Amino acid sequence: MSLGFPLFPEQASTVAGRVDALYFFLVAISVFFAGLIFILVAYFAIKYRRRPGRKQADPVPDHVGLELAWTLIPLGIVMVSFIWGARLFVTLSRPPADALEIAVVARQWMWKFQHPTGQREINELHVPIGRPVKLTMASEDVIHSFFVPAFRVKMDVVPGRYTTAWFEASRTGEYHLFCAEYCGAQHSGMTGRVVVLELAQYQQWLRGRIVAEPPEVVGERLFAQLGCNACHHPDRPQLAPFLEGVYGTQRLLVTGETVIADEAYLRQSILDPAAAVTAGYAPIMPSYRGRVTEEELSQLIAYIKSLEKIQTTRSP
Amino acid sequence: MVTRTAEPRTHYLNVSYGVMSWLLTLDHKRIALLYLISITLFFFLGGAFAVLIRLELLTPAGDLVESETYNKLFTMHGVIMVFFFLIPSIPAVLGNFLIPMMIGARDLAFPRLNLASWYIYTLGGLFTLVAAIFGGVDTGWTFYTPYSSIYSNTHVILTALGVFIVGFSSVLTGINFIVSIHKMRAPGLTWFRLPLFIWAHYATSLIFVLGTPVLAIAIVLVALERVFGFGIFDPALGGDPILFQHLFWFYSHPAVYIMILPAMGVVSEVIACFARKRVFGYKFVAFSSLAIAALGFLVWGHHMFVSGQSVFASLVFSFLSMLVAIPSAIKVFNWTATLYRGAIAHDAPMLYAFGFIGLFTIGGLTGIFLATTAVDVHVHDTYFIVAHFHYIMVGGAVMGYLGGLHFWWPKMTGRMYPEGWAKLGALLIFVGFNLTFFPQFLLGYLGMPRRYHFYPDEFQVLNVMSTAGASILGVGYLIPMVFFLWSLRYGSAAGANPWDAKGLEWQTPSPPPPHNFPETPVVKEEAYAYSSQEAERG
Repeated sequence: MSLGFPLFPEQASTVAGRVDALYFFLVAISVFFAGLIFILVAYFAIKYRRRPGRKQADPVPDHVGLELAWTLIPLGIVMVSFIWGARLFVTLSRPPADALEIAVVARQWMWKFQHPTGQREINELHVPIGRPVKLTMASEDVIHSFFVPAFRVKMDVVPGRYTTAWFEASRTGEYHLFCAEYCGAQHSGMTGRVVVLELAQYQQWLRGRIVAEPPEVVGERLFAQLGCNACHHPDRPQLAPFLEGVYGTQRLLVTGETVIADEAYLRQSILDPAAAVTAGYAPIMPSYRGRVTEEELSQLIAYIKSLEKIQTTRSP
Repeated sequence: MVTRTAEPRTHYLNVSYGVMSWLLTLDHKRIALLYLISITLFFFLGGAFAVLIRLELLTPAGDLVESETYNKLFTMHGVIMVFFFLIPSIPAVLGNFLIPMMIGARDLAFPRLNLASWYIYTLGGLFTLVAAIFGGVDTGWTFYTPYSSIYSNTHVILTALGVFIVGFSSVLTGINFIVSIHKMRAPGLTWFRLPLFIWAHYATSLIFVLGTPVLAIAIVLVALERVFGFGIFDPALGGDPILFQHLFWFYSHPAVYIMILPAMGVVSEVIACFARKRVFGYKFVAFSSLAIAALGFLVWGHHMFVSGQSVFASLVFSFLSMLVAIPSAIKVFNWTATLYRGAIAHDAPMLYAFGFIGLFTIGGLTGIFLATTAVDVHVHDTYFIVAHFHYIMVGGAVMGYLGGLHFWWPKMTGRMYPEGWAKLGALLIFVGFNLTFFPQFLLGYLGMPRRYHFYPDEFQVLNVMSTAGASILGVGYLIPMVFFLWSLRYGSAAGANPWDAKGLEWQTPSPPPPHNFPETPVVKEEAYAYSSQEAERG
């Protein structure tokens, strides 16, 4: 049994201090109100205890003013907590645009990570300090949850869709990574560590890893192998939209709706193409559900996203 | 059991004898005792699972049982405690026994439905027991998909069927209470003369009737996917796993109020009696029960802030969850104000009521942490949640249940329990409870996830404290079990009204006659008219 046991988690991300500030506000409110109730109950229970000479209570009429006070004051306080929490929650939910993008695939019972330059890790994630990191997460089986207590970050990893989370590490070191959503027999073993490095060390770490190929290169090959380019090709604009520059743009659908072509939309268009067809095209694309793994899917999307980069560098 | 009572008077216990007179009884009081026996068995069974969980968590390594076993232990603990103990506890035992007497009726509106509800409960319980005996289930009591519908290879269907069946007993009880409270009140017993126990049970019954069918639907859908491969929740079959969470929590969050509202009703009765005062702000306390029942249906999404639910939806659910805290706060403040200038006796039921106020206050305040989106992101699915809901369900609901059981035990059995032992039990439960669950708040904020069979070393000290507390808590629960049984034979005769309490149930002998009242009482005063009464008991 370790003696110097912690009572409070480390703060190792830019949001940790802000979450803790709100937490301590709520602790203070709780101590105040719980203390008030405990003291009043104890005081009344002793002062007005039944004893010879005090067998009857004194009648106390109801008091609407008091009722209003203990309705409205707590209401005001919880509204402060709601608004404070909501503002921070919106920050937690919006990854910065310049974030380092890491693909996460969870499965029973391991975490798989792939860096944008192709390096892969299992149950370990190396990230640089001071740089926002965006996680695009998919599950191959059941629901898992990415949880790094030191970052105050948690997000479920849900099969059939992408979820995202982001953090910016503010302190180097090694931190617990837990799966927080019960996922079966070895749930408590689905843990790992996040290693926060100085930028130079991170780059050195990246260089020291064997990189097979960057994800967009694998994706390009898959794009050809799966025959995507039979239709998604500049020579056949009537069959399917050419995908260059499509990422991040607004798409008009046959239904008249518009969507942003983000990761979630690209994922849906590969697995369930008929769900949201671009205006001007027939729903002729077959589903690739079951034909691509989560990792291949993320490589295909990396390739489609890289097409955007080509276009933006070409445009004046 | 109480056959040796000095008076040769006929009451509900001695009016007939034999097993069949109990198994075919239509008397709400006997049905309440059938429920009491059944839920006590389930309470100690669920408690046994908790003992094994706490023993396993004494050390960081998973060294007592296998992970598969551990997962079954916390699942069976949750399923049994939630569906077979907490939800039926106060309504089916105390509510069944007291509601007809409190409203001056000879029975509930539908005595046969009432008996049917116990049989349905028993049948559901048997399914769950059979599932446990055949190897148990490992999904967690929340049955999250697609783990439950596809991946788990334990007895999901058998257990879910048990939960599905027991739900119908809740619905029948709810209908019975609603109709009885509307139609069978004694002459003069207007709505605002009703005991707050009745208001609380009315609100609870609304949730029973409106919420339980949705749980039944969710379970049926899981079964359709698991057995027939219908694609409802598993994305590989074209389903949506999050849909299950919406359906499940649409019932299961209001279910928390099913557990706590009746306990609030008990506390109102006990505090009024032992402070010899009308409950301060009676109408506010009464309507806050209805407000909790209504708002409780609009907050389920606060279980899903990190599920991938939209940010906007999370903010709406956060806002509504803040609102549901207010009626609970109103009750706590009004109970506290009721003590002001009272004449307060410190008998065991009152100690439980004090314990309830303290523990429920902590449980309620920590609920605000969870309704606050940004804080919930960190503490969701950690021991902070475990601590919070045990403060509500065990600190709140079980304290209320035990307080009520002590308070009405003389009425139910005609015998007094031993006061000294009762106070010792209440004290041990309070101390043991806090030592068990307070460290879990710290563990949760540190980041220890729930449902972990083994854990990092730095969490051990707090876990050892928790296990130590659980040992005290266990002893605390055994003490009333023993002395209640003891009192059936050796307890002193209680008389009609040992607490000198107001309320129609105290105006008939203990144990009550088969039809409760020799003649229908006529009510001429408000509830808790203690100040107009000559105090006879010092």
